[in-house]
Amino acid sequence: MKAFTYERAMDADAAIAAVTRGGARFISGGTNLLDLMKLEIERPAHLVDISRLPLRDIEDLPDGGIRIGAQAANSDTAADMRIRSRYRVLAEALLAGASGQLRNKASVGGNLLQRTRCPYFYDPLYGCNKRAPGTGCSAIGGINRIHAILGASDACIAVHPSDMAVAMVALEARIELLGSGGATRVVPIGDFHRLPGDTPEIETVLRADEMITGVVLPAPPPGRQMYRKVRDRASYEFALVSVAAIVAAEQGKITSARIAFGGVAHKPWRSLEAEGALVGRPATMATYRAAAELAMKDAAGRGHNDFKIDLARRTLCRTLAQAAQEG
Amino acid sequence: MTPDFPQNSASPPNAALSPPTVRVRLRINGNEQTAELDTRTTLLDALREHLHLTGTKKGCDHGQCGACTVLVNGRRINSCLTLAVMHEGDEIVTIEGVGAPGALHPLQAAFIEHDGFQCGYCTAGQICSAMGMLTEAKAGWPSHATADVAAPSIALTEAEIRERMSGNICRCAAYPNIVAAIRVVAKGARG
Repeated sequence: MKAFTYERAMDADAAIAAVTRGGARFISGGTNLLDLMKLEIERPAHLVDISRLPLRDIEDLPDGGIRIGAQAANSDTAADMRIRSRYRVLAEALLAGASGQLRNKASVGGNLLQRTRCPYFYDPLYGCNKRAPGTGCSAIGGINRIHAILGASDACIAVHPSDMAVAMVALEARIELLGSGGATRVVPIGDFHRLPGDTPEIETVLRADEMITGVVLPAPPPGRQMYRKVRDRASYEFALVSVAAIVAAEQGKITSARIAFGGVAHKPWRSLEAEGALVGRPATMATYRAAAELAMKDAAGRGHNDFKIDLARRTLCRTLAQAAQEG
Repeated sequence: MTPDFPQNSASPPNAALSPPTVRVRLRINGNEQTAELDTRTTLLDALREHLHLTGTKKGCDHGQCGACTVLVNGRRINSCLTLAVMHEGDEIVTIEGVGAPGALHPLQAAFIEHDGFQCGYCTAGQICSAMGMLTEAKAGWPSHATADVAAPSIALTEAEIRERMSGNICRCAAYPNIVAAIRVVAKGARG
């Protein structure tokens, strides 16, 4: 690990002023950042500890929504009865990720910013445009079983590792940001993460002087919420494919649908195509299959990950069938 | 936030020869200890290398095995993935503070009774993790194994214990006996 100086921020404005120093980074839970610092993939010269900022509260909003402070632990968020009962897909996604120990430490803001687990990103012996821009993508033509099938580029086929963010995309969460001079802005989560394009090292629209202060979930959409994760182990493993679904049906006909996939792209992947193919149609397997076909119409494998296309279709169908049954 | 902590407690980044250090005050097993630490020192290394509390074990050092699990303010965390300097004033419990020969914690007694280990390297982490896990379950926290996450309370079935303990790897694969030991203590705590 490279040497760094450390300070504990006492308020958000001071933290933002401190992080504008060269080579400075925020640290909160640290479960991803410290791992990467040990491997010298991340090499901050200065750490600004924001873990004790008063941004941990989960509060009801007058419009029926809820605000989750960026410093709220993943475990506290998943344990909150309001999240469990009204935003079940989010509680399920959080509980499907990491381990009890990690969820106790990892913050909601940090979860949004966690970096890919592409093994080539983690291994300095290999070229990686995300870790060292211009050195190529070793996953293309390499072992790419866990890699992206949607939205990838010739520069990077890594996937975003978060489960939480996939549920938040289905819930149309809004990310609250604070910048220099007290400037605030709100970014819809669908616009927060970027596709790799030619600059896979730039993963979000967060600016260098901005901090995530909270996540707002609008009032929950109607219908049954469900998160299904498919992975190589039953627990404590990243997704090969996951699906967040929120589906409402009346008299056998689907009236509204939100669909997002995890493990398939550089960002949590909302499928408006699948949603469009579901609404107004009968809640039957034929409808689900048609939606799954549309969701994966632009999908492309790179060899080892070809199976993910079919797996994503089947995971969507299974999730929708279960949601309809229980709905 | 305790006001008497210096806002910027690290030394300035002028030290080309010596890395930045910081004086850290930690409360471990009820005792206050201070140490002058390189800012890079993880909580795990502070415990083992500086405070000579070697009961907490270093397995993978990357948050994948759970051998370094300790309780911070009553919650289980991986001590390898957090900096000591971030825990000033926190209440830390390691295996040394859990029990002692002749005064075993019920989990320690149950691990012996049910043969919950072979080599023993993961055991301190397993026990600290199980302590945190039982507190979480008692508070009604759901898990990935919970059918209805909105249910107000959960029953600690074998599937629940296995899921909740999945952050602790046992290379000797003593899992059936670890689960049995935890189940006995969970039932006792319930009654």
